[in-house]
Amino acid sequence: MAEAETKSVDNASIEMIEKAASDRVNTAFDRAEAMKPCPIGSVGSCCSNCGMGPCRVPLPKGKEETPEEKMKRKGVCGATAETIAARNFVRMIAGGAAAHGDHARKVTEAFLAVARGEAPGYDIKDEQKLLQLALDWDIEIGERSNQEIAIDIGEKALAEFGRQEGELLFLRRAPLKRQELWRRQGVAPRGIDREVVEIMHRTHMGVDQDYKNLLRQGVRTAISDGWGGSMIATELQDVLFGTPAPVFGQINLGVLKEDEVNLIIHGHEPQLAEMLAVVTQDPEMIEYAKSKGAKGINLAGMCCTANEILMRHGVPIAGNFLQQELAVVTGALEAIVVDVQCIMQGLADVAQCYHTKVITTDPRAQIQGATHIEFDERNAIEVAKNILRTAIDNFPNRGKNVRIPKYKTDLIAGFSHETINYLLGGIFRASYRPLNDNIINGRIRGVAGVVGCNNARVRHDDVHLTMVKELIKNDILVLQTGCSAMACAKAGLMTPEAASKYAGEGLASVCEAVGIPPVLHLGSCVDNARILIAATAMVKDGGLGDDISDLPVVGAGPEWMSEKAISIGQYFVGSGVFTVFGVNWPTLGSEEVTKFLFEDFEAMYSGMWAFEPDPLEAAKLMIEQIDKKRKALGIDKARERILYDMAMRRELEAV
Amino acid sequence: MSKIIASAAIRGAYKIIDRAEKKWQEAMEQWGANEPVGFPNTAYYLPVIYGVLGIAVEKLGDMEQVLKRCRSLLPPPVREQCPLPYLAPALDAGMATFFADEIIEAIRYLEEPNFYTKQEDPTDDNIWLGAADDVILRKRGIEFVDGTAPGFAAVLGAAPNPEIAKNIAQELQQKNLYVFMCAEHNGKRFSEQLIEAGLQIGWPVRLVSFGPDITAAVFAAGFAIRVSFSFGGVKPGDFRRHLIYNKDRTFAFAMPLGYVTDEWYAQALGCVNFGFPTIADTPIPEILPTGVCTYEHVVSNVPHDRIVAKAIEVRGLKVSVAEVPVPVAFGPAFEGERIRKGEWYLECGGGRTPMVEWTTSKRMDEVEDGKIEIIGPEITDVPDESHLPLAIVIEVAGREMQEDYEPILERQIHHLINYAQGVWHQGQRDIAWLRISKQAKEKGFKLHHIGALLHARLHQDFGRIFDKMQVKLYTEEDKVREIIEKAKAIYAVRDARIEGMIDEETDIYYSCTLCQSFAPSHVCMVSPERTGLCGSYNWMDCKAAYEINPTGPNQPVPKGETIDAKLGQWKGINEFVFTASRGKLDHYNFYSIVYDPMTTCGCCECIAAVLPLCNGIMTVNREYNGMTPSGMKFTTLAGTIGGGLSTPGFVGHGKYNICQRKFLIGDGGLLRVVWMPKMLKEEIAERLKARCEEMGVPNLLEMIADETIGVTEEEILPFLEEKGHPALTMEPILG
Repeated sequence: MAEAETKSVDNASIEMIEKAASDRVNTAFDRAEAMKPCPIGSVGSCCSNCGMGPCRVPLPKGKEETPEEKMKRKGVCGATAETIAARNFVRMIAGGAAAHGDHARKVTEAFLAVARGEAPGYDIKDEQKLLQLALDWDIEIGERSNQEIAIDIGEKALAEFGRQEGELLFLRRAPLKRQELWRRQGVAPRGIDREVVEIMHRTHMGVDQDYKNLLRQGVRTAISDGWGGSMIATELQDVLFGTPAPVFGQINLGVLKEDEVNLIIHGHEPQLAEMLAVVTQDPEMIEYAKSKGAKGINLAGMCCTANEILMRHGVPIAGNFLQQELAVVTGALEAIVVDVQCIMQGLADVAQCYHTKVITTDPRAQIQGATHIEFDERNAIEVAKNILRTAIDNFPNRGKNVRIPKYKTDLIAGFSHETINYLLGGIFRASYRPLNDNIINGRIRGVAGVVGCNNARVRHDDVHLTMVKELIKNDILVLQTGCSAMACAKAGLMTPEAASKYAGEGLASVCEAVGIPPVLHLGSCVDNARILIAATAMVKDGGLGDDISDLPVVGAGPEWMSEKAISIGQYFVGSGVFTVFGVNWPTLGSEEVTKFLFEDFEAMYSGMWAFEPDPLEAAKLMIEQIDKKRKALGIDKARERILYDMAMRRELEAV
Repeated sequence: MSKIIASAAIRGAYKIIDRAEKKWQEAMEQWGANEPVGFPNTAYYLPVIYGVLGIAVEKLGDMEQVLKRCRSLLPPPVREQCPLPYLAPALDAGMATFFADEIIEAIRYLEEPNFYTKQEDPTDDNIWLGAADDVILRKRGIEFVDGTAPGFAAVLGAAPNPEIAKNIAQELQQKNLYVFMCAEHNGKRFSEQLIEAGLQIGWPVRLVSFGPDITAAVFAAGFAIRVSFSFGGVKPGDFRRHLIYNKDRTFAFAMPLGYVTDEWYAQALGCVNFGFPTIADTPIPEILPTGVCTYEHVVSNVPHDRIVAKAIEVRGLKVSVAEVPVPVAFGPAFEGERIRKGEWYLECGGGRTPMVEWTTSKRMDEVEDGKIEIIGPEITDVPDESHLPLAIVIEVAGREMQEDYEPILERQIHHLINYAQGVWHQGQRDIAWLRISKQAKEKGFKLHHIGALLHARLHQDFGRIFDKMQVKLYTEEDKVREIIEKAKAIYAVRDARIEGMIDEETDIYYSCTLCQSFAPSHVCMVSPERTGLCGSYNWMDCKAAYEINPTGPNQPVPKGETIDAKLGQWKGINEFVFTASRGKLDHYNFYSIVYDPMTTCGCCECIAAVLPLCNGIMTVNREYNGMTPSGMKFTTLAGTIGGGLSTPGFVGHGKYNICQRKFLIGDGGLLRVVWMPKMLKEEIAERLKARCEEMGVPNLLEMIADETIGVTEEEILPFLEEKGHPALTMEPILG
């Protein structure tokens, strides 16, 4: 196997890793090679929370620890390996939840600006969802205009971040049994910011030193992400930019064009991307591009911003997290425009080897050596045009060293909770019934949310693909978001045709009937909230228990790397979903903490963590878990067809 | 491949919607937007459009918004490679097809008023019946409610030959299903094939030739929607409930025979919205995963000899058909069959010869179970077109048997004999009338089989109340006359006994939740003086039904403490009603229309309504399709108050109830009745007269207005004043 092939299974990436090598350009793939992860930090055994440390408390290698040795394994302050691992773990949750929460806050501010008429160019696109939100939040509709309602919604959403007491509004959306469980366990979050701040406080030197108590706060904070920040972001983005509906798209570096101005928007928030999608269609801008010798303007996305504009506009995706530098390596990229999260600083270095401009746009996320053009919703069109002009102006600087990989794949994206509901029965019979029905009858064995990042410590995309293929082969419908979704899309798993090619007979038959791929793209990483809503909808439709934890539903983050992934995983677990992560597990330095997360959580939350880097083994764990749930539901055996007579029809409840 | 089906259905929807738009434009040019359109005699306008979209299409111009809706529902064609999800858009397209069908068919009624017979039976030169009107709907719909007909098969196209067509139709009939027919295949149509094969078609025999064109398929969907309207109380535009109601309660399916065109696929997808699957005889693609329908959505390539059984299985329907040892087909579908002069081999009763039917109890040792005796000549002993006197005597014995059950068993004779194909029966007791057709005789049907079928079916349905049964059939005149005399004496005793029962002296009433299969919150309560609103169940019937099936829909309910003697309200009844209505209702009154009346389901024989101006009450029977002084036709009334609601000012009741002593007595009783259709007056004249006399107003009958006097309150009031109707001087009806 050529060296590049050990680093990725994606042909476009392999080609660009090789080009980078011949161009003598250093990428994340090389840096990962050059620097191995810190063995103590990676298992959560290093505490640098105060000036007496950093203190390192690793487990002894290759032998059983004696009680005496364990007694000695402490930090200067006496913090045990348990406390240190738990502190590090919940700080990761805080980081992830903060990222999603701050994303949501920015969206909410934009939403309010639009509602108040202060953000020209934007509009409220999904009236139905606006009204649904108003109903959910007891906001008066009456004869009021959309704007008035939206202002109330925006203000109420904004108040969720700074809420100090009570419970987050969206908790009410969860199954009743789950809400009760949260209250019983003391993990119903009070406010989005408060829980994060409290983690930072409690993990400060000399505060909370009981790992169980720390992990409880971790669950509470994660729930404030999944059922708070992320859900607010998803919902308000849908109202503002439209709820995604199935759309045809293309993915991989092959979407870049030889003869057009190539512009990639990379990051997570959709506000700027939405506006770029509009201005790239502007005839004046296209003319301008032509005046610079290009045939047109080609906008593509990367990472979760890409997911947002693919889902809503069919804008092609250039690639996932580990392809950001490789896109520059093509030599065909005029600008890579970034906002927040998952933007490698290395991008600026790589860009220096080509003509590509890295344009930062968010005051919270600047990079040395990049061009900064600050984005402001209140002046969105102008800023977007300015950014676009900068890219166009850079077109004549494109060098001769250009190679765009030919690889690009078709996909169908845009599966929101609302569209899944529609797709299973049409306008007149929309419901989750067919999904539940086919789970009950065993055509679909279960549902897996496979999400998360790319990680340079494992072969790019390989872990995702191996796991997802194994799952669908076993009739498990896979829901995806983020970079994981992109990995599968590139491999063609997100086409309807993939059903007959890769999926088991039962799943394939359902996919074929409905016309969906066996692997569904639900959007960006804040859109994992959609998975929670979909799972709740399955519970509410009936026949599969009365809590999310009763469903044959599992989660996985096979190539995770970001703190957001840990937060997501934790809110899956806290919502009652068995969740397995790959690559590495950040609490392995403490057996107790790990056991608590992997075993004791089950009794507390009816959901638990697992760690398994081998994707096939991980898939096996997931399947076992699904089968366990099926058995508990009594749907593990084939059922007799029920034929109805009149007496049975009388027994039916009215609809 | 679902994709192929979806692609075809979407193409088909385009074709039919194009057709509808063209038709509509032509019609608009010819008649203009204000031209009234609609199906004959229905309160539900174009029912699928009205039920699903909530749009009442009354004029040509109203169709414009529906056509716009059709266009907006039409998805783009399905892409070959990497298509967008297609099932949901195809389902939408299927529904849009139904809307377009209705528009095409409504314009057909306008363009060719005589295209359809607009009645229950074909005429000599026209076999196409068109949309069922509301009278047919109510009459037939009840069979869906009580389970006599569990559903229908919508047959499209034609079988390979008339013989196969006949076999399929008869198998469907024997499974008690209605057969709705439309469309053609290779120039042949299923309806025509049945006639060619010698079958009688029409509503009475459940073989309904809707129309020659594929768009007539929508008459089946419209029938289903009207079932949920009138029996389920579902409101216009509440599409979800209409469709789920039909999925759960109307056991229908589509059976395309022959090449499935794009237009057929479009109808099939429309049906899937209702939860009605498609079972085809051709090798079309299948959709097996479940969900929108209860089980599979499309099953194909089913051989003709298995297609009915397969269809029933796919639809999830349980049909239990008792084996009845007769040489002809047997089932409710044959009940409506006619045998005309020249078609019968043997005729008994009907004024030509004496005939009587009588059920009597015997001691156990006097009855030999299953014994059937013919005393006198058999049918085989007489030549074609003979007359014979006939006495059918059923002798039963058993530990649970009571005299009270004799009339109940006896009342079954009529429909059970009618169930046999080629045998026709009318009347009861000593006014019975029987014809056996030449065809039945050829197949070997004898008088003996009347005994055999009665024995088989009565044992099946009533086995719990008797142990043994034998049947004697007398065909000698003197013996028959002797039995008539004996029976008449018993009839008199029976009549006196049931007439003599009064509510005050009866502690146990009976519930009837039979109709909860269609109206889930409806609870009928039957007392001796308040017969069920469907007219089929009196107190004694309920009692017997309970004995027969102790866990069935008729339960004894101790009425308990009296809350209101005048209006008829009891504590025990209220408690039962609360539970049985699933908490929807906590009380009602037996004897009042004004104050919290009993709930009404769509099965009621009559609906009474308060007429405030006349200070009285009107009542209208289901068969009367004209306007009434309440401002509504029967069918609108039923749509408004049916479905298990208690609506002050309106109540459903049986015809028999009008002459019962407790009829709305809390509001003044029969003396409050100021209007009823002429046909109803005539039908119950004899008992009505007697009851009027009992109430001290012997000429009340002449004071009650009917449609010949007027159909508005203003029109009938002068008549009432002129006649001095007692209602006018009673205390104000609305308190």
